[in-house]
Amino acid sequence: MQPFTTLTGTAAPLLRANVDTDLIIPKQYLKTLVRTGLGQHLFAEIRYDDAGAEKPDFVLNRPLYRAANILLGGPNFGCGSSREHAPWALLDFGIRCVIAPSYADIFYNNCFSNGILPLVLPLETVEAIAAAGNPVTVDLPAQTVTAGGVTHRFDIEPGRKTTLVEGLDEIGKSLANLAAIEAFEAKRGRETPWL
Amino acid sequence: MSPRTLYDKIWEAHLVATREDGTSLLYIDRHLVHEVTSPQAFEGLRLTQRPLRKPAAILSVADHNVPTSNREAGIADETSRLQVEALEENVKAFAVPYIPLLDDRQGIVHVIGPEQGFTLPGSTVVCGDSHTSTHGAFGALAFGIGTSEVEHVMATETLPQRRSKNMRVHFEGKLPEGLGAKDLALRLIGQIGTAGGTGHVIEFTGSAVKALSMEARMTLCNMSIEAGARSGLVAPDETTFAYLKGRPMAPNGTQWEQALAYWRALPSDVDAHFDKEVVIQVDGLAPQVTWGTSPETVLDVTGRVPDPEQTKSPADKEAMLRALEYMGLVAGTPLEEVPVDVVFIGSCTNGRIEDLRAAATVAKGRKVAVGVRALVVPGSGLVKRQAEAEGLDRIFLDAGFEWRQPGCSMCLGMNDDRLEPGQRSASTSNRNFEGRQGRGGRTHLVSPQMAAAAAVTGHFTDVRRLLGA
Repeated sequence: MQPFTTLTGTAAPLLRANVDTDLIIPKQYLKTLVRTGLGQHLFAEIRYDDAGAEKPDFVLNRPLYRAANILLGGPNFGCGSSREHAPWALLDFGIRCVIAPSYADIFYNNCFSNGILPLVLPLETVEAIAAAGNPVTVDLPAQTVTAGGVTHRFDIEPGRKTTLVEGLDEIGKSLANLAAIEAFEAKRGRETPWL
Repeated sequence: MSPRTLYDKIWEAHLVATREDGTSLLYIDRHLVHEVTSPQAFEGLRLTQRPLRKPAAILSVADHNVPTSNREAGIADETSRLQVEALEENVKAFAVPYIPLLDDRQGIVHVIGPEQGFTLPGSTVVCGDSHTSTHGAFGALAFGIGTSEVEHVMATETLPQRRSKNMRVHFEGKLPEGLGAKDLALRLIGQIGTAGGTGHVIEFTGSAVKALSMEARMTLCNMSIEAGARSGLVAPDETTFAYLKGRPMAPNGTQWEQALAYWRALPSDVDAHFDKEVVIQVDGLAPQVTWGTSPETVLDVTGRVPDPEQTKSPADKEAMLRALEYMGLVAGTPLEEVPVDVVFIGSCTNGRIEDLRAAATVAKGRKVAVGVRALVVPGSGLVKRQAEAEGLDRIFLDAGFEWRQPGCSMCLGMNDDRLEPGQRSASTSNRNFEGRQGRGGRTHLVSPQMAAAAAVTGHFTDVRRLLGA
């Protein structure tokens, strides 16, 4: 996984509440066998018209935001389906960081699995960042976002931060506990043998 | 020891290690796998040359992509077929238990897990599917995960987790005639919102929950993800044990007795602490219908399409205007005057035998309204067989419903069962998001009884009237 330290770039505002993962990547694109190539289908239902042409007023189609690498979202971002295709599509488009007031649990976890920082800031701050204009700088080690000369501090769980900053392989990390896993399985076999 | 909740007990019994970074490594007992969210996980194992730790902990099946008619002829859609074939190759290569497409036991993962006795009280259950919360009906800690986590469980039989908070939702009273668990779930989500349960595991309690069958408890827990919760739980009781006894993968003999003793100790202790509590009286509850593009946008069937002018904030007004425009609805219209084009009865929410019985009660002796297409898609081959043994298929067919083969079907339209742009559905599924059932499709979530009522009248109808309740 690609480590995440600092990121400077363009933040695209999509501030509606409850952006669900069906909206981020519609089901017809879930038939893929790989993790890549989904960026062109990101937000397909609201990004393209029925004939497949770009809708000029959709944020990611506007010249300013076509190369956005940060997405500004509303509350409960990423709700609904567990599809990891949602963060895959964001990443493939070039989005490395989402800034929103709150997230649905599964989407939040899925972002960390893919080196995307789902950053939490109050709605007023997200709106202020949107109003300040670009560029926006996210500094994960320092836990700050800077836009329009104003710096906002954000909180993040230390374990989550380390995972991103170091680009850790989570499976490898868990396998370091292999002895504990084996001991647990032996005990489980005695106490709940039907499992 | 201080009093513990059911969730606390399952959590503590599955704790493998607490790590320096504050995360806990949780042991995973059961893993359901389907074709859509697993290919990249198997591929990950191959790339890293990691073995799949415990194939016997997995039960796999194809459900999302599968055709619901004439499947003996194969899958016509090439990308769907390739995904199902990829699953078949992967389960073979990694020696994972698999239920083939043409097997009677094939069906939606969340229907077949319980059916086979794979889902057990006090266990941890995961699946690359958000509706894994369904299995919480058995007092199992069950939650949806992403594909990277699917790979993680395959490689380690564990997941790094952070402990959720405890929330209790207490449904008090007696569920009125004509209403079901779906109405309870929608009523709750309407009250607390789609983020109301975020960060929490919900335990459902109260006399109305105690009285529910296992099928109904599954409907309730299934929808807890739509309230944003990590998982939903119902404490195991005699209803649970009666359902499980004799199931193919449930314990038997002395292990059954041993398991029973363990399961009986699982319910939350009296005085256990809940971080959040909600109490809902169900006695006067009316059938629920969603009107917008989020499950929280729900009303009594006797209500009217809401007015954007009466919202609390400009953001709420904008959201409502967008939802009404998408849904093609005009403020003030009585919901009972809204016509439907398609009726979908099925899904992991409402595709079980009891759901089909409830819908058949309404359909019996009536006809699907002119211009309405109505589909019944059993949740599994065993549900289908049981329904046919009871003659439910005849009732539906005589009334003009389509009687189809099991799968996820129009809940998300990954196969050919989709809404056309602008079509309006009464659906027993779980999500009314924009485009969920097909691009431009307009979904209203309802119970199976209410879906059948809409099918035979051509518009949303208070099913209590049809039942003479």
